[in-house]
Amino acid sequence: MIISVASGKGGTGKTMVATNLALALDRKVQLLDCDVEEPNAHLFVQAAFDHRETVTTPVPKIDQRRCTQCGECEQICQFKAIAVLPDTDALTFPELCHSCGGCWTVCPENAISLDQRELGVIETGHRNGIFFAHGRLRIGEAMAPPLIRAVRATALPDRPTIIDAPPGTSCPVIAAMKDTDVVLLVTEPTPFGLHDLQLAVGAVRILDIPCALVINRQGAGDDRVLQYALQEKIPVLMEIPFDRRFAEIYSRGEMLIEAMPVWAPRFRALYRQIETLVVYRKAAAR
Amino acid sequence: MKIAVSSSGNDLTSQVDPRFGRAAFFLIVDAETMDCRAVENRQHLNLPQGAGIQAAQTVAAENVDVVITGNCGPKAFRVLQAAGIQVVTGAQGRIEDVISRYNSGEFETADGANVKGHWM
Repeated sequence: MIISVASGKGGTGKTMVATNLALALDRKVQLLDCDVEEPNAHLFVQAAFDHRETVTTPVPKIDQRRCTQCGECEQICQFKAIAVLPDTDALTFPELCHSCGGCWTVCPENAISLDQRELGVIETGHRNGIFFAHGRLRIGEAMAPPLIRAVRATALPDRPTIIDAPPGTSCPVIAAMKDTDVVLLVTEPTPFGLHDLQLAVGAVRILDIPCALVINRQGAGDDRVLQYALQEKIPVLMEIPFDRRFAEIYSRGEMLIEAMPVWAPRFRALYRQIETLVVYRKAAAR
Repeated sequence: MKIAVSSSGNDLTSQVDPRFGRAAFFLIVDAETMDCRAVENRQHLNLPQGAGIQAAQTVAAENVDVVITGNCGPKAFRVLQAAGIQVVTGAQGRIEDVISRYNSGEFETADGANVKGHWM
């Protein structure tokens, strides 16, 4: 089973839920931090990394001796990564390239070979029985989804997967949620939390993945998130109270299930509820 | 001497558009006779990326010698440089005034982009 933990709004507690859920399970599990723009789950998991790998994406390199400046590569490029000018070498802008492969496919002179642009690195390691992986996007790099897919490709087939997704509802989040069995949305009971939750639910429904809610900082705002969940028939599987102690534990880099052990069985119960939800959904689909 | 000026309108009384890649128009001006023609840049206004590159190709296709604009980013500058076009940045005001100030030698040619790219 693959669970993605997402939110819409940033700072609602995705990482807290994902890390505590993973470490609470008394079984082999893996945690993939797919927030490659600002990964932070490693601060809590403190896995010992034993593998590091640079991830690249192919970009065009033009052999100017073969290029006849016909302009076919420029025309097929939807990202303006190639500029062909009269009487001078064709220019490439590798930082704009999305690696679609159009240019090197259409070039009638076979003048385009593949260069590589570095996207970032992925690191993998272990803590106790947990397999942990994350990606770190190269500073200045704009394209997160291929690095997120590289992080997900490290997943081992033999155990449940928990994915800590980035915030928002754009391409990186979709890359983190796509083809997961369930999305656990973490929100807070504020107008901003509700607004972005609605956007996230919209994205999850387009992907046709079942979702459930964790309401963090319960008691801080009003009950509109709860009303929304009822109206949309989204199960609320956990409520974490608005309490200064949680913030203190988190800001020290500690695990909630270790600092307040009463939460360990609650996260195990959360996992069982998610499992049940997925089983019912799959049965209903048959 | 043919000059392309990024412009908010289609005649010499228009203001310089401070943006190069996403300028509304380019005025192609003959600096001696002040004959001018407007080239629309609308197709590039809404590009998600690469507007500067395309705008530079548009003015290169007009065979201009100089581009006068407010701000020029690194990618547009690279294309203009490859096309052998001189770039003047920091211009503002009415285009006819800017051209006469250029003719009197008031502007220096830029040796690089004066703003950062939007993407990188």
